Amino acid sequence: MQMIRIGFIALVMLALAVVPVVATAIDEPFYVSLFTRMLVLAIAASSLNLVLGYGGMVSFGHAAYLGLGSYVVGIGFYHAANDGMEWALNGWLHLALAIIIPGLVALLIGAISLRTRGVYFIMITLAFSQMLYYFFIGLERYGGDDGLSLWYLSDFGSVMDMNDDSQLYYLAYGLLVLVLFVLYRLVNSHFGMVVRGAKSNERRLMAVGFPTYRYRLVAFGISGAICGIAGFLMANQSEFVSTSEMHWVHSGDLIVMVVLGGMGTLFGPVLGAVGFLMLEQYLPELMEGVCHIIGGDRCGIAGEYWKMVFGPLLILIVLFARGGIDGLLQGKVGRNV
Amino acid sequence: MSDALTIEGLVKQFGGLTATDHLFLSVTKGEVHAVIGPNGAGKTTLIGQLTGEITPDAGTIRFAGRDVTGLAVHRRSMLGLARSFQITNVLADFTARANVALAVQAHQGHSFRFWRKAATDPRLIGPAEEHLATVGLADRADVTASSLSHGEQRQLELAMALATRPAMLLLDEPMAGMGPEDSARMVEILKRLKGDLTILLVEHDMDAVFALADRITVLVYGRAIATGAPEQIRNDPDVRAAYLGEETGDA
Repeated sequence: MQMIRIGFIALVMLALAVVPVVATAIDEPFYVSLFTRMLVLAIAASSLNLVLGYGGMVSFGHAAYLGLGSYVVGIGFYHAANDGMEWALNGWLHLALAIIIPGLVALLIGAISLRTRGVYFIMITLAFSQMLYYFFIGLERYGGDDGLSLWYLSDFGSVMDMNDDSQLYYLAYGLLVLVLFVLYRLVNSHFGMVVRGAKSNERRLMAVGFPTYRYRLVAFGISGAICGIAGFLMANQSEFVSTSEMHWVHSGDLIVMVVLGGMGTLFGPVLGAVGFLMLEQYLPELMEGVCHIIGGDRCGIAGEYWKMVFGPLLILIVLFARGGIDGLLQGKVGRNV
Repeated sequence: MSDALTIEGLVKQFGGLTATDHLFLSVTKGEVHAVIGPNGAGKTTLIGQLTGEITPDAGTIRFAGRDVTGLAVHRRSMLGLARSFQITNVLADFTARANVALAVQAHQGHSFRFWRKAATDPRLIGPAEEHLATVGLADRADVTASSLSHGEQRQLELAMALATRPAMLLLDEPMAGMGPEDSARMVEILKRLKGDLTILLVEHDMDAVFALADRITVLVYGRAIATGAPEQIRNDPDVRAAYLGEETGDA
């Protein structure tokens, strides 16, 4: 089973590596933007997985860090476009701030949230992210409710051009691989063992002498910082920044991706993000097709009800496939209840 | 001989119930001091206060010449006070080796080391395997803790406490739920540790207590009604009346 799992993951990563080439060959540029979104959300889900899967901290507010990362790009653009501050478009600056700012905010939110447990932790992370959501709605200057359309993207000079979809795609791919490598080192390091141990049995860890709070907090901060990278990419991909990305529904989507792919596994969130966006994209078409085959009428609107299939499908996976898609690949089929 | 642990005037109340009632107790360096008492005598509450999980209402706890009454759990561990739990409390999804390695790691300075793999770090694995050998689990190192037998989990529990290189062990019913064979093995392991370590032993298994203890304190309703050598305790009329009578009637 292990061979099937490794083979499948390698195949997915390999397939992702050639998307722009194939999309150009078959003249379907739309695929590049769809798959860029997959990579971006794979990074965001992987960051959540560090706290959720490895640390047992169910953060219901990771959309906030995604949003903060994208607003770094948006705010930089705003000042470059309106105040002539050319330097505010600097891509390296964007990337650095999109890591630092969400990381610091996550440390701040985590410092308070991690004093609570269980449902309270879920609710307080949700509350903080909604606070940020309304804060940005109130920021009229940067578009408020309407968001900001980006005429200029992050500027990497002659190194990269964010307007070139393929280049943006490979930047996202490279960053995903880098993030996965960093996470791999992290979760297996001394630090990672403490965070994972605290998930398994925090009381025991304190008894052997670990001040668990500060390790969990640093993990939370790192998670927010990585999620900010995804926000930076998302702004450049959609050429638009708005508060809707910070809405709590997206925090929920990220949790679903992690659970769907497999919590606490390195590649689970990648599989989850790909699976989630594939279903979102193709389930409506599939349902329309099935409708035609079984000879239903008004098949045109059948696809609009895709969530009625998507929801139960998720529930089935959670209930019966321990460890999500990654668990299925390992042959871990078994009831979770 | 100096005292490793001194408890003075310790009080803990839960609502109307007094679990620890002006308790005075001192444990001499290097001795095995058993605390026995009927159910509800406040033994586990006492351990909780010694480790820092429960805050006492009054009184002081001194360990290694230092007032530790208000100290956090992990800080007491750093001072060399280790515990085992009454109900087996290990990292169920970690291997036996990883469980002990993590306890070793806790006492090697901070763990903000983000890059190097912990599972192959000889500074963790070496000591971890030694401690597993001490408790007789050398050949079970790769087994997930949840797959170990109950007795083995108790041994693992002890190995984790030892891995923190403690000056003193607080053992909360290490033989709980064990069959006679496992119990005997645990007594043997503890006998070997005797002398190097100060041990406070809370235990219901009287055979184990009399086999190991240098001194025994009898706790009833949160008070120490008697302290002394095993023979003394065995013959104390108050103790017999309060507790031992029915337990050792056939001994």
